[in-house]
Amino acid sequence: MSMNTQGRPTTPAIVANGNGSASVSGSRGLLQREDLIFEIGTTETTGVDLPAPKGRADRLGGVARKAATDLPGLSEPEAMRHYVRLSQKNYAIDLGVFPLGSCTMKHNARLNEKMARLPGFADIHPLQPQYEIQGALELIDQLAIWLKMLTGMPAVAMSPKAGAHGELCGMLAIRQALIARGEANTRKRVLVPASAHGTNPATAIQCGFQVDEIKANERGRVDMEDFRAKLEDTSDIAGIMLTNPNTCGLFETDICEIADLIHEAGGYFYCDGANFNAIVGRVRPGDLGIDAMHINLHKTFSTPHGGGGPGSGPTVLSDALAPYAPVPFIVKGEDGFRLVEDLKGDASESFGRMCAFHGQMGMFVRALTYMLSHGADGLKQVAEDAVLNANYVQVRLKEVMTPAFDGYCMHEALFSDEFAAEGIETIDIAKALIDEGYHPMTMYFPLVVHGAMLIEPTETESKAELDRFCESVIAVANRAAAGEESLKGAPYHAPMRRLDETQAARKPRLKWTPPEPKAIAAE
Amino acid sequence: MRYLPLTHDDRKVMLARIGAASVDDFYTDVPEAARLDGPIHDLPSHQGELAVERHIGELAAKNRTASEGPFFVGCGAYKHHVPASVDHIIQRSEFLTTYTPYQPEIAQGTLQTLFEFQTQVAALTAMDVANASMYDGSTACAEAALMACRATRRKKVILSGGLHPHYAAATRTLCEAQGIEIVQLPAAVDSELELAKSVDGETACVIGQSPNVFGTITDMSSVAEAAHARKALFVSVFTEAVSLGLAMPPGEMGADIAVGEGQSIGNPLTFGGPYVGLFACTQKLVRQMPGRLCGETQDADGKRGFVLTLSTREQHIRRDKATSNICTNAGLCALAFTAHMTLLGDAGLTRLARLNHETACDLADALEAIDGVELLTPRFFNEFAFRTKMNAEAVLAMLDEKGVVGGVRASRLIPGAGFDDVIICAATECVTADDIEAYADALKEIV
Amino acid sequence: MTKKFTEDHEWIQLDGEIATVGITKYAAEQLGDVVFVEVPEAGASFSKGDDMAVVESVKAASDVYAPVGGEVVDGNAALADAPETVNEDPEGAGWFCKLKISDKSELEGLMDADAYAKFCEGL
Repeated sequence: MSMNTQGRPTTPAIVANGNGSASVSGSRGLLQREDLIFEIGTTETTGVDLPAPKGRADRLGGVARKAATDLPGLSEPEAMRHYVRLSQKNYAIDLGVFPLGSCTMKHNARLNEKMARLPGFADIHPLQPQYEIQGALELIDQLAIWLKMLTGMPAVAMSPKAGAHGELCGMLAIRQALIARGEANTRKRVLVPASAHGTNPATAIQCGFQVDEIKANERGRVDMEDFRAKLEDTSDIAGIMLTNPNTCGLFETDICEIADLIHEAGGYFYCDGANFNAIVGRVRPGDLGIDAMHINLHKTFSTPHGGGGPGSGPTVLSDALAPYAPVPFIVKGEDGFRLVEDLKGDASESFGRMCAFHGQMGMFVRALTYMLSHGADGLKQVAEDAVLNANYVQVRLKEVMTPAFDGYCMHEALFSDEFAAEGIETIDIAKALIDEGYHPMTMYFPLVVHGAMLIEPTETESKAELDRFCESVIAVANRAAAGEESLKGAPYHAPMRRLDETQAARKPRLKWTPPEPKAIAAE
Repeated sequence: MRYLPLTHDDRKVMLARIGAASVDDFYTDVPEAARLDGPIHDLPSHQGELAVERHIGELAAKNRTASEGPFFVGCGAYKHHVPASVDHIIQRSEFLTTYTPYQPEIAQGTLQTLFEFQTQVAALTAMDVANASMYDGSTACAEAALMACRATRRKKVILSGGLHPHYAAATRTLCEAQGIEIVQLPAAVDSELELAKSVDGETACVIGQSPNVFGTITDMSSVAEAAHARKALFVSVFTEAVSLGLAMPPGEMGADIAVGEGQSIGNPLTFGGPYVGLFACTQKLVRQMPGRLCGETQDADGKRGFVLTLSTREQHIRRDKATSNICTNAGLCALAFTAHMTLLGDAGLTRLARLNHETACDLADALEAIDGVELLTPRFFNEFAFRTKMNAEAVLAMLDEKGVVGGVRASRLIPGAGFDDVIICAATECVTADDIEAYADALKEIV
Repeated sequence: MTKKFTEDHEWIQLDGEIATVGITKYAAEQLGDVVFVEVPEAGASFSKGDDMAVVESVKAASDVYAPVGGEVVDGNAALADAPETVNEDPEGAGWFCKLKISDKSELEGLMDADAYAKFCEGL
């Protein structure tokens, strides 16, 4: 034989304790260390080639910048590497289950991205003459029609830029309606359930209202007795802000009665539509007697969350509130679509303008693309699968974890920390899930449940994926029930260990500052 | 349906495990009268990618894009070139499909970019600190007014005559709901310094803009001094972020709060949104700031990392006592801003700003040379107003027929204030010498 | 005078005309790591029960109420740079402000150390 013994070993060697050494680079395999641009770039570097200025006389009239920005630049390869390395330190829906309750982290279809980038939408200016952008106005109008049909409401304000901005829109419309009735100074009280998202009370206050908190009952719904008691004096009632399905993932059983009572009291019904995804295509909020509701296009209609925005919060309005809708809005005339931008004519009763221009066009394109892809039948299936997935998760997890309430849930399952042993907190369970390769659930919200864990799987998870996820949660929950001390140190396998939020808040460092020049050491 | 992974069998197995007969069981809390029995009528059924793409594509095709020919529209949104790599970066799954970084151990990508963003915005505006962005410039302006009222415990806000009318309107809407008095100075091309005369002992803040809606740039240091002399704050606004590379930034004028639109850097026009609001202030005011803030800290191993911080200002903790109801920021648009800004660096930004200014100067020279054209803006960056002897709407329509989108008629933004014959036009680095020639030739024939 | 306590976990100690006010050890423990304190400035005056100061941890913001009415003669400015003092020495160096009391009879309804300790046990 010709015995060739060259080449590499092809079975891994077993080395005891071989994984303990820190790397010289600070990187670990695929996980690259990445410094701040201020530490890697220079102020002379640029990744953008631009023609040299001609050096002609300026017309700044002396109003020139004095000090340079001193901002570093990176060449394109450096910049790409910087951001791609950073991206790899993020969890994302495209990586796995992202079960943040109340946030609706569903798949973001890439067709939506492609459509939003068509030059016919991405490369048009909000102040071009209207005859040049009829297609854009038509798209907004089509989206508005879908939103009105799906909610069973007669009008929709398209300009709000996010969910909280939509809340502001609805509550400002209510305020304007009260002004029109001559009751704005007397009707100041807005009822808000204790389980409400923090934006609800904050919005009411921003609109000049006062917040009166309603209790939840033992079934996680509005305590009707408390609600009726709050309505004993109706003279100062402006309305109610109620999330439905609510933040406990439950449908408000008495919603029609609530609507009737608040109307009888002379108030309006603001419905927080953050959880519309649980009922889209199956229930029209308009049939429940609401007066206003924002729709988070980034939740129900899958526009990407983008690490915290941009959102989009079109707000549907009842006949009672429609006249007070903000400008601009679109009307369809004989010779096409027209933007109403001034507070006169069709908009003479409008409460005003909420922002520059016409709303989140890029999100409108994505949302309409999503709606057309699903159709009325598909959207109904979306709601049903979302609710089915949540109930499946609830049933599987309640073998170990403590459900906050009995019975079926809607699109999200809520647990308390009762099952965990003394000393183990919700945050420990959440951080241990990171080591399992999952994004944690929403924790400590809603406030009405102790150590709340709110899990929203969404309809875009397969059964196999949910089963794997449940097995991990069950394993962690068992460790929590057993009081396993190591949970307190989790995560161990993430790009970072637990971060010191106390230090961050005590001595806030909110931007990079150059290091103090060091004295040159004597050699 | 392509976005729904559950199979028919999956659903059956899952329902059995749950012990439900059908999904209808989950909806029994819905009042019977409000239950729908089938899909909503009059809406189409699901469609494949090809059909949807055709539908949306047809709508897109009806619009005249900014790149189709000479284009000079500005007034708060600007046509700039965005490097190809920026759009690639923001489409990374890990940035696009992630949430607000509530779990910092697995969100350092988002957090570090926000920290870089905040540092960049602070440097550009020459302010101490910046937040992690707002919805857009106009809502940032409205929030700045509220913040000034909180910080000074006063309830009067004075707006300059050059503040973008949409910004003024958004500020009025939010302030009036809280019983804050708004004083609007009359619209004028060059009147930001009038603010100094209007400020009194009740004033929470004065809000001026440079470059203003007519393109005028102004050193508002005297406004800042007058405001400070009466213990009021000075809010400095900009709608064209590229101007900060060449024109005097808010911090150099003594601004307490600087707000503006960041669209120009990294973000396409997209018919007005989504954009990215920039918000910066002095160190002293940081705890009065609305919106998210990212800060530096360490992890359990002593490694540097970043977290959202000072959250007690925010709605999810302080609820009815929050500084604002804002929940989201403009995440992905802020990332686009920061990626583009990183590619530019100081050298690139300075050159880009210079290029914009020179292009606008060339345009001004060409239009000024036409008989019947009067340039109104005395000092400008990349945008200015001019007057002809004709109605601006008619002039723009005739320009349009010649393929030139000539700008914004001032009366669209400021109706009934005597600006019917005024056009506001912008020239960025995207405008070519041929575009300028086409504009001048067309305008010459019209006027 | 001995230290008195409120049901909202403020303490107050009178020395002549001037009373020192802060939050109790129990409150400081419950809040967790204090990261920010906003104390009133000299000259501000409060009625009993008014919002007088703010104390923040990472996860919560709490209002501190005036245990009795009076005018502030001094605020503990050192807390701005060292909020951790509230955790380290809540009933000593972590004091919030000194008040010139307007009505001494308002002190009467407050608890002494034993009563407060029992009150906390019951929570």
